[in-house]
Amino acid sequence: MNKKFKLGDYSLYLMLLPGLALIVIFSYVPMAGLAIGFQQFNPTKGLFGSKYIGFDNFKYVYSLDDTINVLRNTVSIAVMKMAAGLVVPIAVALLLNEVGKAFFRKGVQTLIYLPHFLSWVILAGILMDVLSPSTGIVNQFLGFLGFKPIFFLGTPSWFQPVLVISDVWKEFGFNTIVYLAALTGINPNLYEAAQMDGAGRWKQTWYITLPGILPIIILLATLSLGNVLNAGFDQVFNMYSPVVYSTGDIIDTYVYRLGMINFQFGVATAVGLFKSVVSFVLISVSYLLAYRFANYRIF
Amino acid sequence: MVRRNSLGRTAFIYGNYTLLALLSLLCIFPLIQVLAISFSSSSAAASGLVKFFPVDFTLDAYKYVATKPEFIRSFGITLERVALGVTINMLITILVAYPLSKDASQLRFRTAFVWLFVFTMLFNGGLIPTYVVIKNMHMLNTIWALVLPGALPIFNVILLLNFFRNIPKELLEASFIDGASQWSTLWRIVVPVSLPALATITLFATVGHWNAWFDGIIYMNQPSKYPLQSYMQTIIVARDMSNLSLDDIEKLKNVSDRNIKAAQIFLGSLPILLIYPLLQRFFMTGIVMGSVKE
Repeated sequence: MNKKFKLGDYSLYLMLLPGLALIVIFSYVPMAGLAIGFQQFNPTKGLFGSKYIGFDNFKYVYSLDDTINVLRNTVSIAVMKMAAGLVVPIAVALLLNEVGKAFFRKGVQTLIYLPHFLSWVILAGILMDVLSPSTGIVNQFLGFLGFKPIFFLGTPSWFQPVLVISDVWKEFGFNTIVYLAALTGINPNLYEAAQMDGAGRWKQTWYITLPGILPIIILLATLSLGNVLNAGFDQVFNMYSPVVYSTGDIIDTYVYRLGMINFQFGVATAVGLFKSVVSFVLISVSYLLAYRFANYRIF
Repeated sequence: MVRRNSLGRTAFIYGNYTLLALLSLLCIFPLIQVLAISFSSSSAAASGLVKFFPVDFTLDAYKYVATKPEFIRSFGITLERVALGVTINMLITILVAYPLSKDASQLRFRTAFVWLFVFTMLFNGGLIPTYVVIKNMHMLNTIWALVLPGALPIFNVILLLNFFRNIPKELLEASFIDGASQWSTLWRIVVPVSLPALATITLFATVGHWNAWFDGIIYMNQPSKYPLQSYMQTIIVARDMSNLSLDDIEKLKNVSDRNIKAAQIFLGSLPILLIYPLLQRFFMTGIVMGSVKE
């Protein structure tokens, strides 16, 4: 018996092996490769042959005019997305919860989480068409109302609002799922008791429904803190153009252009390292908060 | 308890239904318009006459796309990466989640192992170091560059290991008493009872591989090796606008093949449109399972 269990244990370790190999090669080795950020990296000389230059890459990036602007854009886009991305799904979940007809609720749900499953390549293609100043249906509608056409994706002042709205449009349906699940967990007796006490619908929502889903709201808000530097590479990369760099360029697109277009590997890695470290701290703090106050554990 | 609805309540109910219906339409209208444009003649599409129904109905755009070798080829590459990628993905995810679902008494250093995996979710080397590693492994321009780096989504591992932990212990013990090894217990007992969770993860993996585009762009040097979404990225989105004026960009759009792009957008999203409603039940349990735990 004892011997058998020991053997079983070995097979458990064997099962872990392919997964461990993958994360070592594709996660831990690249982490070691972050040393490139402190080098004058030369791809032909490699990680061990390139010259160590300390923090020069960081100093260089800091001296660039674009950098502060990129950082500001990133935080502003990300924070607006986090706020809108929290409020809209809650509101829609509350409204859906008031719908009595199950087929209607199911139908709405199915349609509103459709955009979540499409890639930003597809959606950017669609949005470019829909928002086009000449043939786009949005501008045709604005023209019908008597407004001049707006070049949404080519006007710096419009670009960030378009990013936030289209991101909420893509994700709100999917994010209502969690809240709807939390809503079904509220004890129906509470509502009956409140009705006995003469509470109307608004009061029931305010005093029973919202407090009922408050823990999950706080939890998700806390966990989203880690996204402060995640403005959404896929979306921005597919929707921006040099015309809107002043408001649309974010850390991830900046790293891409520095590294893959200008081949400044050391500089790009330095910027990436900055982002990774800050994000790591933010995520750790948010998980710690979630663990302390909501008893949330990831495994 | 019988209650009569007040006037305000009735107004709210109708308003609510209307609002939610509008919201649903808002989510699918852009796609419907793309569909309408793809079935319209190129002149009608270019002049912006198409709203929600095709104008001068024609299949020209689809006929053109069907003969376009780049589209067919990249479609094939995507099918290959989905088949290979999802298989590897599921295999490794199951193999990692099962041991990690055990107690420390059966898997020593369990917590350390879990952290080793979870840490890769919290911190990463970023774009350039990852690229350099893949280049040095001589994986550029091979399908492995698209399949292996993302073959173990840690979020899915956590989802699955939490599911495995909730399987009744008696079920596994019965299997061990019958003399089954961990290996055969995993495949004969644990996997069959976890089908809903596995279906969820398979859906996520499939959608993920279908939609991935950036890895194709950076790891494939020749456009002939692009998967579908990378190819679409280059034709639909990427245009070198740096040395064009705003007027030029607009002119370019007007003479462009709007209906052909629309047809490709629609074909590129069609498989997703077909599978996501079917698996809705599964992914709802999956999401809830992953986010709200007792």
